[in-house]
Amino acid sequence: MSTHNNTSPVLDVNDLHIEFDTRHGALKAIDGISLQIAPGEILGVVGESGAGKSLTGTAITGLLESPGRISGGEIRLEGQRIDNLSQDEMRRLRGRRIGAIFQDPLTSLNPLYTVGRQLIETIRTHLPMNRAQARQRAIELLAEVGLPAPETRIDQYPHQFSGGMRQRVVIALALCADPKLVIADEPTTALDVSVQAQIITVLKRLCREHGTAVMLVTHDMGVIAEAADRVAVMYAGRLVEVGPVADVIKHAKHPYTQGLMNSIPTILHDVERLEQIEGSMPRLTAIPEGCTFNPRCPHAFERCRAERPDLIAVDEGAAACWLVEEGAAPASPARATADTLVEHHD
Amino acid sequence: MNMTETMSASMREAAPLAASQNAGASVDSSAEQPVFRITNLKRHFDVSPPLLNRLLERKGRQIVKAVDGVDFEIYRGETFSLVGESGCGKSTIAKLVVGLNGTTDGSIEFEGQDIARHSRRDMDAVRHRLQMIFQDPYASLNPRWRVGEIIAEPIRTFGLLEGKAEIKQRVKELLEGVGLNAQDSEKYPHEFSGGQRQRISIARALASNPEFIVCDEPTSALDVSVQAQILNLMKELQQQHDLTYLFISHDLSVVYHISDRVGVMYLGRLVEVGEKHELFRRPQHPYTRMLLDSIPDLEMTGRARTPVGGEVPSPLDPPSGCAFHPRCPHATARCQQEVPLPIHNVERGFVACHAVEEGRLIATD
Repeated sequence: MSTHNNTSPVLDVNDLHIEFDTRHGALKAIDGISLQIAPGEILGVVGESGAGKSLTGTAITGLLESPGRISGGEIRLEGQRIDNLSQDEMRRLRGRRIGAIFQDPLTSLNPLYTVGRQLIETIRTHLPMNRAQARQRAIELLAEVGLPAPETRIDQYPHQFSGGMRQRVVIALALCADPKLVIADEPTTALDVSVQAQIITVLKRLCREHGTAVMLVTHDMGVIAEAADRVAVMYAGRLVEVGPVADVIKHAKHPYTQGLMNSIPTILHDVERLEQIEGSMPRLTAIPEGCTFNPRCPHAFERCRAERPDLIAVDEGAAACWLVEEGAAPASPARATADTLVEHHD
Repeated sequence: MNMTETMSASMREAAPLAASQNAGASVDSSAEQPVFRITNLKRHFDVSPPLLNRLLERKGRQIVKAVDGVDFEIYRGETFSLVGESGCGKSTIAKLVVGLNGTTDGSIEFEGQDIARHSRRDMDAVRHRLQMIFQDPYASLNPRWRVGEIIAEPIRTFGLLEGKAEIKQRVKELLEGVGLNAQDSEKYPHEFSGGQRQRISIARALASNPEFIVCDEPTSALDVSVQAQILNLMKELQQQHDLTYLFISHDLSVVYHISDRVGVMYLGRLVEVGEKHELFRRPQHPYTRMLLDSIPDLEMTGRARTPVGGEVPSPLDPPSGCAFHPRCPHATARCQQEVPLPIHNVERGFVACHAVEEGRLIATD
């Protein structure tokens, strides 16, 4: 286990397909996604609701429910294939080697048990420890996530904690068996802005210290900018762009990422109208021919309507756009203005 | 009936004119009367356990002071926003202003009349002039009604138009005004996406020709690209129909984009009110500064951040004196004892902070 090469990715998803069987045939919800996360790296996965980002996380944790099924591709954790494991094997893997953090901390915790009991039970399920040792480890974990007075708070119930403190407990719960990979699905969405920053800081620090790889699923570009090392942008079940966080946010290559970034209001300068992407994401039943974004794309040309682009490497990232292949990646005007404005301000 | 017809007709024709007049009015308006003047507004909720429990457990009543003495004005044609973290009372104010909730104390003057003291009948007369858009477009539209019926309901309730054809024509206009098709009136809400549903909510709010709309987190449930569409639409409609907005949000970037003036709330009180550039560029109250620091840094300019620890205390047991003092880096003994009074040191705004009053804290750019 511990002999694995440090440069090899913790998570390696290769050409993943997920389908939903319906009366009208199989709907392709995820259509060929490949991504890797290195030890200690935080990969942000962004996209609008329905883009398939949570579904990808669900498939990795083995929690995909019928009628959804993995119809192709493979998922490897530290080189071992995990997409074809039995439910029992998967259950042992979850918690031990993959931790999960969900959006609403109140539903992730059992309201009838004290926080300590839930932590101790999880620790003892996965690690060979007696009750006293597990309790000691639980107290240490609570201290690590920044919970004040963990010795007394460990015996309290979830309802006695505030939202931010509950999410800290959930992080402790996810990290209690020292997993190699954490799937964090919208971990700060239910929290207030001032608490969001605290939770992101805790998550980031712990993953650095423990060398845990994190898949951070969120629709909030602000959270990505704060926390992620690399970003994967999803649209209609496909990856449209991957790259280092600064590149994707400031110099997006794909027209969809550009539109997404430009539609976010900013306090740095005044605009009368926000840039908007016309229309909405296609339904799974009506995925357009060619590039899935072409009906909404201001730069679409004939090839975009006929042929579907794969990810094409550009700089340190990749974008699924024919313009990138032709070396004519459209510039992103609004953000450029923002940059110059900031420079003037300094 | 005739009036509404002519109103909607003239509105469509004279939209650019109205917009330019509106812009002119907001430039010099120092002597203008506010549309809303809210004074010492309070709303307390009794959350005590049942009488028997109180007797057995020897506990007193428990009161949550959701809104505890709030003063502000809203001027015609402007967007006034309330920001703050969950539980600070901003949504309670939204409901009080349109009369969905009764007040505990204080007055809500709408064009000089205190609507908090209005009888039911008096309230009915002004109700169609005040409308509301809610956060969750999945919960605020009746799933069993067709979109056309949903939008026509205010028209029928307030008796604004009579006759099927006329109402149908008006619904069509409203749908097209918010970027939907006339045929959409035959569909049910579940056939629409979140953004389209919020457009339906807006069309319904506009159906009674209101002058004032309370928007309670209208884009919080939407994706950013859809949020941009809705915010743009709201700004366009504001100009076309000369609307005044009370906008409630926890998202400071959205508030900066849409507002003219902003009020910052903390535990049932307003701690700072000001024109948006003033408030965002030169924040005075330590809580405003903290909120601004917590905005995620999308531009990655390496802005210096001073994260403030702690969370909002329980509104059941708020701290004494200035409610922000346990989290405030500038708190003194006085802050723990005395509630700070508003200092009106900016135009159409104020700040309630002892440190500012004593000159210990000076606004910086």
